[in-house]
Amino acid sequence: MIIKILGSGCANCQRLEANAKQAVAGLGLQATVEKVTDYADIASYGVMRTPGLVVDDQVLVSGRVPSVDEIVSLLTPA
Amino acid sequence: MALTEHLPTTRRRLGLWLVAAAGLWALAYWVNGWLWDAVLYDVLGMDPDARLTQAVHFFCYDTVKIGLLLTGIIFTVTVLRSFMSVERTRAILGGRREGIGNVLAAGLGVITPFCSCSAVPAFIGFVAAGVPIGVTLSFLIASPLANEIAIGLLWSLFGWRIAALYVAAGVAIAIVAGWVLGRLRVQRWVEPFVFETTLRGQPVDPSVGLTLDQRVAIGIEEVGSILRRIWPYLLVGIGLGAVIHGWVPTEWFAAHAGSDNPFGVLVAVLLGVPLYSNAAGIMPLVEVLYSKGMPIGTVLAFMMSVVALSLPEMILLRRVLRPPLLALFAAVVATGIVAVGYLFNAVAPAPG
Repeated sequence: MIIKILGSGCANCQRLEANAKQAVAGLGLQATVEKVTDYADIASYGVMRTPGLVVDDQVLVSGRVPSVDEIVSLLTPA
Repeated sequence: MALTEHLPTTRRRLGLWLVAAAGLWALAYWVNGWLWDAVLYDVLGMDPDARLTQAVHFFCYDTVKIGLLLTGIIFTVTVLRSFMSVERTRAILGGRREGIGNVLAAGLGVITPFCSCSAVPAFIGFVAAGVPIGVTLSFLIASPLANEIAIGLLWSLFGWRIAALYVAAGVAIAIVAGWVLGRLRVQRWVEPFVFETTLRGQPVDPSVGLTLDQRVAIGIEEVGSILRRIWPYLLVGIGLGAVIHGWVPTEWFAAHAGSDNPFGVLVAVLLGVPLYSNAAGIMPLVEVLYSKGMPIGTVLAFMMSVVALSLPEMILLRRVLRPPLLALFAAVVATGIVAVGYLFNAVAPAPG
């Protein structure tokens, strides 16, 4: 699983990254968390308000910082 | 955020929690009025007529007042705005012609949740979706200039007339500046990669599918994140305001920067451009300048130039706009602000 954090380094992006890492650790998943800071790349995901959470090239959340619990439920297969 | 994780999960408890918070807020706002009178005059025995006392009183009272106003306004506005999104705005603007598009974009700029840190992805997203450059620029100008937080603050500090005047002026500047820039065919000065960006997948609309709990949590987070970001600006602004309040005689600005001074607005705008703050950070200064007799057009022009034009935003926009367009953008917006300042000074009566 590849998790990408879209954002140019603003405070919200760092909080999202921390939450995502905590969720991954809590679930014991094999996942890499990458940051995407290039504006053209961010925009190519269709995200217009940072931060964005992308899992396996699918945008799950944009424009807000989801809580650890919410990321856990997003990452848990239904 | 520790606080949001303790949020109640049922609707009834959420309602009670909000009512209790609103009650506490109102109590604190009401107490603030005489708290500092009591502390400074009665407990510390300071002379109410001394300049130092007046400055200290202003600083303490205004820090609490602006802090409370910001908390209340940001929370309410963010919860309401969570029903609107940049994605929805783009969908409305897609395929609009210039003219009507500029008007819509400026209006939507007022109500769409937006932070200047997202200006670049939003610009690329709009242009890639076929929104004309001029229309996109109308949105980007209106958004920081006339947002609900600025409106709320102006309304609570100066009354609804000045708030309405400010919004009307901000929207008008955004419409005209965006339209003019569109007419000048500025596409040639947009970095080519913007047009080559292709959007993959379905964009997620962050405004749909949220529970009320989540919207409230977003509101609380936004209050925290804005206050954490702006508190140094706020304290500097209130400190400057306190010094002016205590030591600059009333009517000093009326005498030196009054509406009969032809350069007043121009100087205010030139001073405001290099200053960087958002609407909230500049408000205490604006409040005290107005109370010391600076005419309303000059005050609002100063505020607009601080909020709408700043070096950090220009550096961000440089990623997508070439220098000639950046310079043109700054020049057109600054001209609009100066014009609005002179217009308001001409039509508005002197403060009193």
